[in-house]
Amino acid sequence: MKELRLMKGNEAVAEAAIRAGADGYFGYPITPQSEVLEYLMTEKPYEKTGMVVLQAESEIAAINMVYGGASCGKKVMTSSSSPGISLKQEGLSYIAGAELPCLVVNVVRGGPGLGTIQPSQSDYFQATKGGGHGDYRLIVLAPASVQEMADFAKLGFELAFKYRNPVMILSDGAIGQMMEKVELEEQKPRWTDEEIVEISPWATTGKTPDRERNIITSLDLDSHRHEKHNEKLQAKYKKIQENEVRYEKIHCDDAEYIFVAYGTSARICQKSIELGRKKGIKIGLFRPITLFPYPSNALRELSQGLKGILSVEMNAGQMIEDIKLSVGTTFNVEHFGRMGGVIPTPNEVLEALEQKIIGG
Amino acid sequence: MTEEIIIAGFGGQGVLSMGKILAYSGMMQEQAVSWMPSYGPEMRGGTANVTVILSDGRISSPILVEYDTAIILNQQSMDKFEHAIKPGGLLLYDPNGIIKHPQRKDINIYSIEANEEAAKLGLSKIFNMIVLGGFLKIKPIVKLENVILGLKKSLPERYHHMIPDNEKAITRGMEIVVEKNVAN
Amino acid sequence: MEEKISIEEIRKEENLVFVKTKLLTDKSLSYCPGCGHGVAHRITMEVIEEMDLWADAIGVAPVGCSVLAYEFMNIDMQQAAHGRAPALATAIKRLMPNKLVFTYQGDGDLAAIGTAETIHACNRGENFTIIFINNGIYGMTGGQMAPTTIPGMKSSTSPYGRDVKIMGNPLKITELVATLPGTYSVSRHSVHTPGNVRKAKKAIRKAFENQKLERGVSFVEIVSNCNSGWKMTPNDSNIWMEENMFPYFPLGDIKVDGELVK
Repeated sequence: MKELRLMKGNEAVAEAAIRAGADGYFGYPITPQSEVLEYLMTEKPYEKTGMVVLQAESEIAAINMVYGGASCGKKVMTSSSSPGISLKQEGLSYIAGAELPCLVVNVVRGGPGLGTIQPSQSDYFQATKGGGHGDYRLIVLAPASVQEMADFAKLGFELAFKYRNPVMILSDGAIGQMMEKVELEEQKPRWTDEEIVEISPWATTGKTPDRERNIITSLDLDSHRHEKHNEKLQAKYKKIQENEVRYEKIHCDDAEYIFVAYGTSARICQKSIELGRKKGIKIGLFRPITLFPYPSNALRELSQGLKGILSVEMNAGQMIEDIKLSVGTTFNVEHFGRMGGVIPTPNEVLEALEQKIIGG
Repeated sequence: MTEEIIIAGFGGQGVLSMGKILAYSGMMQEQAVSWMPSYGPEMRGGTANVTVILSDGRISSPILVEYDTAIILNQQSMDKFEHAIKPGGLLLYDPNGIIKHPQRKDINIYSIEANEEAAKLGLSKIFNMIVLGGFLKIKPIVKLENVILGLKKSLPERYHHMIPDNEKAITRGMEIVVEKNVAN
Repeated sequence: MEEKISIEEIRKEENLVFVKTKLLTDKSLSYCPGCGHGVAHRITMEVIEEMDLWADAIGVAPVGCSVLAYEFMNIDMQQAAHGRAPALATAIKRLMPNKLVFTYQGDGDLAAIGTAETIHACNRGENFTIIFINNGIYGMTGGQMAPTTIPGMKSSTSPYGRDVKIMGNPLKITELVATLPGTYSVSRHSVHTPGNVRKAKKAIRKAFENQKLERGVSFVEIVSNCNSGWKMTPNDSNIWMEENMFPYFPLGDIKVDGELVK
């Protein structure tokens, strides 16, 4: 039986992780995502499912606990907000290099530096282009509702194990803090020790006589061998790009113009569409759900019948680079955004479309 | 039907929980709901506000600049939100502590002496439920039975004995709300 | 008249006086001849074999000279980012409480970049074992000053000797963690003489036994030489270690069964 609840995004991702059979959560408090750890400590899943929950001494320790747990084939996760995610980049690079599955939630706030605690999308580059050192990618899921915060916890773990790759849920303070109706899935049992050995034969579960020892490392001092490892990673990212693209089109059938936006911006754009359509402007929304892999082909195809695209982001213009890579630099594409934790209003988004794209 | 509501006042007045109960009530009658609080430093003792949307369809933006209804419980919020109400919309406020009363003529204005009434009843904690009752009298967007269901969902079990008091407060609010439209 | 015996004869099982544990791989050690790491690896693996815990052991390698410990230790191993081994071990042990979990870390890793992870894991009383090799220098990166470089000691970043007025004091992290409620046994050893090797091995065994009894962190420091980094012959480096390191880092028990003894 599915269960309906009114929850904050931060609570939904925590509850959904428990229900997805997560083995461990390691985190550190930071606004606006502290409810994830608070919820887990209140729910005490360690008494119900055996899921480990630990408040670490730092974000660095937390992501390295995730590394340790993921190396054992366990479903482990962490969550944080922008400054904390920056601290986790070292660990994420190691996790990507060692090809470990894990789930990382970033409830983005405004930067740079300590910035502000208000919602922002200024970590798009960091999330989608690597983030830490080295040639690697995260699979990046962008929820636009509390329901998707819950859904992507389960999907995130599935993709992480399918590709042995870290998955990031790139949310923001608004999605994290707001409450909406959520349909929660039934509790899935955690994997047994036997299942883990079967699902992740590479995991460090103790060297039994029937196999060679398992080693988890991102190090290889032989350049040629390490190049081969990098090629293998790149082949995996290509496969992810071929198979895991997700997006949503809203009112695009008759659209002459579209907004391209994800997360909270996408929600605001839906209101701008209501306002614009009342004025007779044929406007739709293309919402990337996976930010890596970016839905380039779908956007290129859609753009062929369009007069213009407005990229709407709560940053200085980051995703617009991927839009331009998708539709070409000669296409009528402009950026509209607010920075520093300011959320654009539906009216100003519509005005920007009228001025920059329709009038431009 | 979509109703876009802002509830604003001081932290501690039960602004966020009133919004939560309203959202739960919408959920009980199978509507889509969203509850978006301000979560800045103003949370600590200053003003608090929450945007609540109930809709029969999909909810677009959970963050708004114009509202069908503003429920206002202090002067700062009056200054901030009186002009954010859509023409023809509703402003409901508690005059307690209000120095500058609303001036707009293109909206429907109601006042409710909820603070005073709560003190009279000796139930200061259900002040917000009196206000909610006033709102539901003017705009019965959720049924009372669904509010009670919402309360049950929203309150931890150890507070369920307070539900009758809450119900009483809602009913009382419905009785004491008065129209205060600005004369043309 | 001496009787010569053939190599084949020597290799006969009944004539063997030493058998390398199966828990060490056949790969040649990457450590400099004379370095203490090889012995520390061997006794750690021997203890696991003697306790019959091969299938339960999960080790965490650090960054530093022993970054490649997983090449030599024939058990399941994870390689951690610099200083983070105690964080990895925390998660491993909490997620798999029945396994034998240990970190193997050098002084730069454990007492500089990983100080926070070390102290908090020890303070929480995580139930794993820390084996700490202290040679007072960053060996792998070419002999730079470490948190445990003693006053006056030369390194490539303290070429005139460690001046504590400029470079600060060495950190006696072992004494520090011994004061934390989460550590159960803390001791300091060396592996430069057969007698000391035996004592160190006994301490590692006791540490693993403590872990089986869920007693919290057992912390075994091994003061070791770094003849390359110290720019000495192996023998001279051992003498230098006895004369200079041991007075600053005295060998022996610091905490036994949860009680400070020093």
